[in-house]
Amino acid sequence: MNGARTGTLASLRGSIARIEAPSETNMPNRVALGHTSADAMLRGGLASAVLHEVFASGHQSGAATGFVAGLAGRLSPRKPLVWVRQDFSDRESGALSMSGLTELGLDPRLMVTVRAADVDSGLRTAADALACDALGAVVLEVWGDVRQLDLVASRKLTLAAQASGVTALVLRIAATPIPSTAETRWIVRAAHSPPGNAASASMPAAPSMPAAPWGAPRFDAELVRNRHGPVGRWIMEWKCDECQFSEPSAHPQPVAATPAHRPHHAQVGAEQRLAG
Amino acid sequence: MAQNRGSQAEAREVVRLPLPLAGSEASEARSRGWGGGLSTSPAEERAPTRIASRDAIRPPPHAGEAKEELPSVVVAKDHNAILLHALDEAAIRAGLSIGLPLANARAICPELTVYDADPAADAKTLNDIADWCDRFTPLVALDPPYGLFLDITGCAHLFGGERALLQIATNALTRRGFAVSAAIAGTSIAARTLTRHTSGKIVTAGEEAHAVGPLPVAALGAGEAVTTGLRRAGLKTIGDVAARAPHEISARFSSAFTTLLSHALGQGDAPISPRKPLPDYIVEKRFAEPVATDTVITLTLQNLARTLVTAMDRQGKGARQLEAIFFRTDGAVRSIAVEAGRPVTRPEMIDRLFRERLESLNDPLDPGFGFDLIRLAAGRTEIVVQQQRDLDASVHDNDEISALIDRIAARIGGKRVVVHLPMESHIPERSALAVPAQHHLAAATAAAWPERIVGEPPLRPLRLFDRPELINVPFATVPDGPPHQFTWRRAQHEVVRVEGPERIAMEWWKQDGQALTRDYFRVEDAAGQRFWIFRDGLYESELRDEAGKPIPAKWYVHGLFA
Repeated sequence: MNGARTGTLASLRGSIARIEAPSETNMPNRVALGHTSADAMLRGGLASAVLHEVFASGHQSGAATGFVAGLAGRLSPRKPLVWVRQDFSDRESGALSMSGLTELGLDPRLMVTVRAADVDSGLRTAADALACDALGAVVLEVWGDVRQLDLVASRKLTLAAQASGVTALVLRIAATPIPSTAETRWIVRAAHSPPGNAASASMPAAPSMPAAPWGAPRFDAELVRNRHGPVGRWIMEWKCDECQFSEPSAHPQPVAATPAHRPHHAQVGAEQRLAG
Repeated sequence: MAQNRGSQAEAREVVRLPLPLAGSEASEARSRGWGGGLSTSPAEERAPTRIASRDAIRPPPHAGEAKEELPSVVVAKDHNAILLHALDEAAIRAGLSIGLPLANARAICPELTVYDADPAADAKTLNDIADWCDRFTPLVALDPPYGLFLDITGCAHLFGGERALLQIATNALTRRGFAVSAAIAGTSIAARTLTRHTSGKIVTAGEEAHAVGPLPVAALGAGEAVTTGLRRAGLKTIGDVAARAPHEISARFSSAFTTLLSHALGQGDAPISPRKPLPDYIVEKRFAEPVATDTVITLTLQNLARTLVTAMDRQGKGARQLEAIFFRTDGAVRSIAVEAGRPVTRPEMIDRLFRERLESLNDPLDPGFGFDLIRLAAGRTEIVVQQQRDLDASVHDNDEISALIDRIAARIGGKRVVVHLPMESHIPERSALAVPAQHHLAAATAAAWPERIVGEPPLRPLRLFDRPELINVPFATVPDGPPHQFTWRRAQHEVVRVEGPERIAMEWWKQDGQALTRDYFRVEDAAGQRFWIFRDGLYESELRDEAGKPIPAKWYVHGLFA
């Protein structure tokens, strides 16, 4: 009798634990970033329907924006994106340029921008938007250290994201990381374009003249927190044409796009590439 | 009143939906769509309420106090003379009249209290009273400086008839200390003429000439010159003037006066211009006891939304713009409007939009001593195209997104939720236009953006400054070349990579050569950050002062690359 009761209790506890524990099977879908070692570290890619945080210092806002745009592009290539930002961030780090988004391979038609007056209304709007399952991702851009974005707020965002399946991306510029319920946390810096190749170095370049053209955007992405795995730091390159991240290529130009008949000197000869 | 409706009843019938209770509580729906309606046909009865200048208003003197009350006047400056603008009863008894110089008035009555006229405050008060009068009819027109026209066609029975309506309006305003003169007549001018002489008159259609005839010509309000002229000609009453042949009158006093006269006699009507466009649908709830609790207010709005949706649904319509109007017992009126990107057809949607809006108000709805009337009006409606939802996922998604946009817009304002449309311009800052998402979501989803060039790194920055920011460039190797270093926001950047120049000329055909040509460079600094910088103006040709000497170029940061 007693033993039977204990057994029942144990089985009930077991089933409750099974329901409550986020097992591997009912873990959210993962979207591969395209960067092999980062994907391996993230066990297949970036989880959707959770909260991800991206931190950057004030003067790295361009790179961080590009990285977040890349994540959003990976997570939902064909679904609308809501980008919530504060009024003054237009002045602080520039407005999001639609032609810039196009250049990154994203679709400006799927972009709805919300200009919130303050952090509170921004948070509220982001939570609202996260409840709308027709969206692909919601980006909340917050400038500086704000006390409103605490553990409770991030928990709310996470719950909203889990309920609807929409991924929340929080872009924190000029902020220091504080505890949150984020699945991953990244610190992003701009990375150098690949150095000019040997041929370029042998060319008698004009003194102090910049050499070697640049290629696709590159990020120095540091994964400082990962709820379900180890962390790491990688140089990632964003492939605008394929709309995915990748390992940095050794060549300044995207290799795939280089025509076969391209004259050798065209690539290396010019110390300053002429704009098209 | 029966014959008053008579012949024209069909043309201007306005349908008001069932009236459950007269007096204490009534909810009704009004539709413009049915039976022609108010907006097209001239109104039949008008009740202009003539209200004296606010500052001159005193409560009617009580018998006992009359002797102690000192006369007070309002003065205004007119052609460098300070003249009396308005008077109270005591001042009239003292023998003063409007238009008298203040000095003369002081001589007549030394113990005068003088106030300065404040036309702006008067206009505001008149507007507030008009807001309050919205409870009687949606068609309220201002007749500055002191008058209001109310088109009460089809509204009077809600208040127990014209006599009762006149009483309610007059009493309520008198209680607040206004001197009121009101009348109801078939034409607005006739009603106004009646108020200038006596209050509380109700004239049936066709009887205007008879009613207006005995009044003095000044009641027409035709201006000082005309009135004096008529009096000199021996025409003392309106009846006298009407007895003359029209051509005689118009030859002497212009045809405008003849028109005014004929309107006053009920032989024609000038349309009034209501302050607000007539909403397509109105539903409202009156309370015998004012309500002040949030629960009741929310519940009332929900009920009204349901009634409104039922009324709209019958005609297959949905609301694009909604307004909730709260009439407070003390006369203050607060209206709250929400907009929707798509026609709203569900009561819970209306309810949610208003809840978002009410929650986000900077100055929350203040019930004071309570609201005695809550009204919900659909200002703009559209025919709803029913779409099959379940099979077409994208339609469903679009609906959800536009509902989300409506909700956010209701809370933080429609201009803060934007989508972008491509513009036909090669100038970077003008190549996209941010427009409210509520109105342009469909256009933005279908917009054709220029394609990116496959195989190229990004040619345009991800972040673009609205105003390019000035940077300090010490020197460039060659005048047309890129800089080696620059200072932006007090930080120095060493340029290690450059692409460019990309020359973008301004629209010379628009700006008579004011804007300079820009040479854009994509540069990367030693830390790997990428900037889009430009030099404003071309050396030799554009960067010259009046004397033709070259001036140094200015450099700007226009954007940041990812």
